[in-house]
Amino acid sequence: MEVTLNHYIVLSVILFVIGTYGVLTRRNLIVVLMSLELMLNSCNLAFISFAYFLGDLTGQIFMIMAITVAAAEVAVGLAFVVLIYNHNNSLDIDILKLLRG
Amino acid sequence: MAEALVFYIFAALCIFGSIIVVTHKNPVASAISMVLTFFFTAVLFILLRAQFIAVIQVLVYAGAIIVLFLFTVMFLNIKEDAMQFDGRNIAKKVTFLFVIIAVAGFFGSKLIVNSGQKAPEIENFGSVESVGRELFTEFLLPFELTSVLIIVAIIGVVTIAKRSKSS
Amino acid sequence: MISYIVLFPLIGAIINGLLFATPLKKIIFGNNTESWEKKAVGFIGCFAVLLSAIVSTILFFRLLGLAPADRLFIQDVYTWIPSGELDVKFSFLFDSLAAVMSLVITWVGFLIHVYSVGYMKHDKSYARYFTYLNLFVFFMMILVLGDNFAMMFVGWEGVGLASYLLIGFWFEDNEKAYAGRKAFIVNRIGDFGFILAIFLIFMVFGTLNYQEVFGKLADANFVQSISMASITAIALLLFVGAVGKSAQFPLFVWLPDAMAGPTAVSALIHAATMVTAGVYLGARCNLIFTMSPTAQFVVLVVAAFTAFFAAAIAITQNDIKKVLAYSTVSQLGYMFMAIGVGAYAVAIFHVVTHAFFKALLFLGSGSVIHSLSGEQDIRNMGGLRKYIPLTALTFLVGTLAIAGVPLLSGFFSKDSILAIVYDEGYTVFWLIGLITAGLTAFYMMRLYFLTFEGKSRMAPKVESHVHESPMSMTIPLVILAFLSVLGGYLGFPEFMGDTIGIDDSNLIERFLQSSIYQHEFKILEHRFLGHWTLALLSIVAAGLGILTAFYIYMVRPSVLNSLAKSPALNTLYGWSYAKFYVDELYNTLIVKPFNHFSSQLSTFDRYGIDGLVNGVSSLVVNTGRRVVSTQNGLLRYYATAMAVGAVVIILIVFI
Repeated sequence: MEVTLNHYIVLSVILFVIGTYGVLTRRNLIVVLMSLELMLNSCNLAFISFAYFLGDLTGQIFMIMAITVAAAEVAVGLAFVVLIYNHNNSLDIDILKLLRG
Repeated sequence: MAEALVFYIFAALCIFGSIIVVTHKNPVASAISMVLTFFFTAVLFILLRAQFIAVIQVLVYAGAIIVLFLFTVMFLNIKEDAMQFDGRNIAKKVTFLFVIIAVAGFFGSKLIVNSGQKAPEIENFGSVESVGRELFTEFLLPFELTSVLIIVAIIGVVTIAKRSKSS
Repeated sequence: MISYIVLFPLIGAIINGLLFATPLKKIIFGNNTESWEKKAVGFIGCFAVLLSAIVSTILFFRLLGLAPADRLFIQDVYTWIPSGELDVKFSFLFDSLAAVMSLVITWVGFLIHVYSVGYMKHDKSYARYFTYLNLFVFFMMILVLGDNFAMMFVGWEGVGLASYLLIGFWFEDNEKAYAGRKAFIVNRIGDFGFILAIFLIFMVFGTLNYQEVFGKLADANFVQSISMASITAIALLLFVGAVGKSAQFPLFVWLPDAMAGPTAVSALIHAATMVTAGVYLGARCNLIFTMSPTAQFVVLVVAAFTAFFAAAIAITQNDIKKVLAYSTVSQLGYMFMAIGVGAYAVAIFHVVTHAFFKALLFLGSGSVIHSLSGEQDIRNMGGLRKYIPLTALTFLVGTLAIAGVPLLSGFFSKDSILAIVYDEGYTVFWLIGLITAGLTAFYMMRLYFLTFEGKSRMAPKVESHVHESPMSMTIPLVILAFLSVLGGYLGFPEFMGDTIGIDDSNLIERFLQSSIYQHEFKILEHRFLGHWTLALLSIVAAGLGILTAFYIYMVRPSVLNSLAKSPALNTLYGWSYAKFYVDELYNTLIVKPFNHFSSQLSTFDRYGIDGLVNGVSSLVVNTGRRVVSTQNGLLRYYATAMAVGAVVIILIVFI
């Protein structure tokens, strides 16, 4: 029994879906951000496995970029979380209703 | 064979960890569980001959990002009742989870049917040397640009934080 | 160069309209109206028209310098409507007809402007008044100078607009605003005919340009290829337009009501602009009318009836301006009689002389009203000659001119029309015209006697305030009086000229020959003796009218009482006084059924159309009410929608 590319991709899809579930259902802003990180992580996994199975290092390089972006994103996102908490005294995402039509 | 065993164990751990991340009521527990998930993923990276990336994963994610998360949670000092809003609509959420997993299973089954591809054997694949060579030759410009991105992020965060202080 | 004639009044209107008649003035010059502002407004208004009058005079003399066949200036400004076959140019045409019209309009218009400076002095909307006045002249010049039917229509509608604005100038008064609306709506009926005529012209000729249309009509081959019925239809529809604008029966009802406007406006509408547009249309489309004897006959019948009918009404009216208004309708009837017998030059000649004496009469009546502080009923006047001698004298000149006293302008033009009508063999119509001439003399003299002669019947309070009008009002009167006397010699009949040994006497007719396509214009010399007889008969008719008026109103006023005892006359008087119930007739026949019909329609509108519309709107509202819940502002909700969408897309790609 050999581990193939498909196994990794399926794992990546599963992790991605779980992350999506978190983003869509959780109302705690911090947990939503964490779920986003999970999604990013699953994508990274897909990149790495493609790099390995195609024998191309570009996937790994791309992952480094993705990690950088993720770090920046988390930094900015958490700054916003702090702001929002100071403003609303709550981390409930449903309070942010500025998009209401 | 041993490789497959390792993969399955850590894949299962990854999935388990992520589920805890998205379902646990306590954000701190979520964060801790996330660290573990990232560790397990790093193990999978090593299986994929991406040792350098695995190290970076542990350093950046587990080291920096998670600390940032935990720090924020602690800093905001969120009380238990401020989290009450997340306890509602459990039935709906569970239904949703099943739907999502069903969709994912559909795609997964589609993929499983196709036979896998064997990895080519390349000398030094994924070592620090080869990744570094690639990074500083072909991808020099994007690499430098990421530093610009980080600077921008730093400045942005500082600005936002400052404004919060004044208000 | 031609465009300047049109441009100056427009510029005047723009300056006065945008600068002085709007709140802008308050911003620039401060809140209170200074006297210099009024002076500036008046100056701009008059000067604009004066400039265009000067330009048209210069052009007129240039035109005179050319050989008769070449007397034509065309100026293309730009292509206005380039649309397939329909290619309308914004271009001006200055031929002899346009020259005569523009000279009359601009110069008489200028005098009226000058007069208005004094007449409107105390009005608060001084700048607005001059804006409209300039606009009026502007549109009239477009009408006259345009070189295609589309441009004429622009002027046509514009004149209608300007007249609406001016008749309803004192719109605070409901009556007056209503008169403005009436003028506008009645004119619309005529315009409807005119625009149909334009469509038909385009259908038949494929162009709207005068030169091309008339060129094609003059071409025998082309005339063979089209049906004569279409030409008749065009002529009749054009006449419908002219009936509306020139106040012929049955659409004359707006003109007497147009008296609601300031008197100077009445002068402008009645003398120089507006009503002459219909006659101009007839003269411009002379070839179309000439080619359709049916249409000509219709024109003649309507015109003769109008002339007589209006004169019959004018006899009993007591409002000084109403009498003049009906006399205008009557005189316009004469002009259309000339059109109806194909004597276009004579029609224009009468337009010119009529412009002089009718402007004079209206301005004179304005002067009377001004001096009496707004009194218009001649029963409350009398003996005014003592107080306002200059107005009385000039008014007398105008009265005698319109009455057809020999050697004054009205005599020549009216007599020429009657002569040609007779000469064409329409003896009955000639007789009607002759009787109308007698009536005209009678009611105009009645007006004069009741206003200026005899004992004063004024209220003492009014009498103490009677004063002669300022110079700016009397000078135009004097000038117009001279023109009323001398204007007739432009068209000094040839048979008279021959008798006293002057050749080429009928100047205006010779001049107009180049615009009028009818080359075989009838020369009346062969009825030499008969013509003198005709002229004599006219003089007799006029004399009879004058003498009767003199007898009844000056010598023995008691005759009136004895006349009033006769029941037949009483009935006639009642009918005439009530204007033969034309307005009431229209009310019963058209307005009321229309109102009834409209109210039926409104019921349908309320339940049928509105139901439909409301149904659609409530459908939208209800749908919206349901859909609005999707726009709840919840980020998670939107993210889910996005995810579902992405999944669907992937599903589509996979399957």
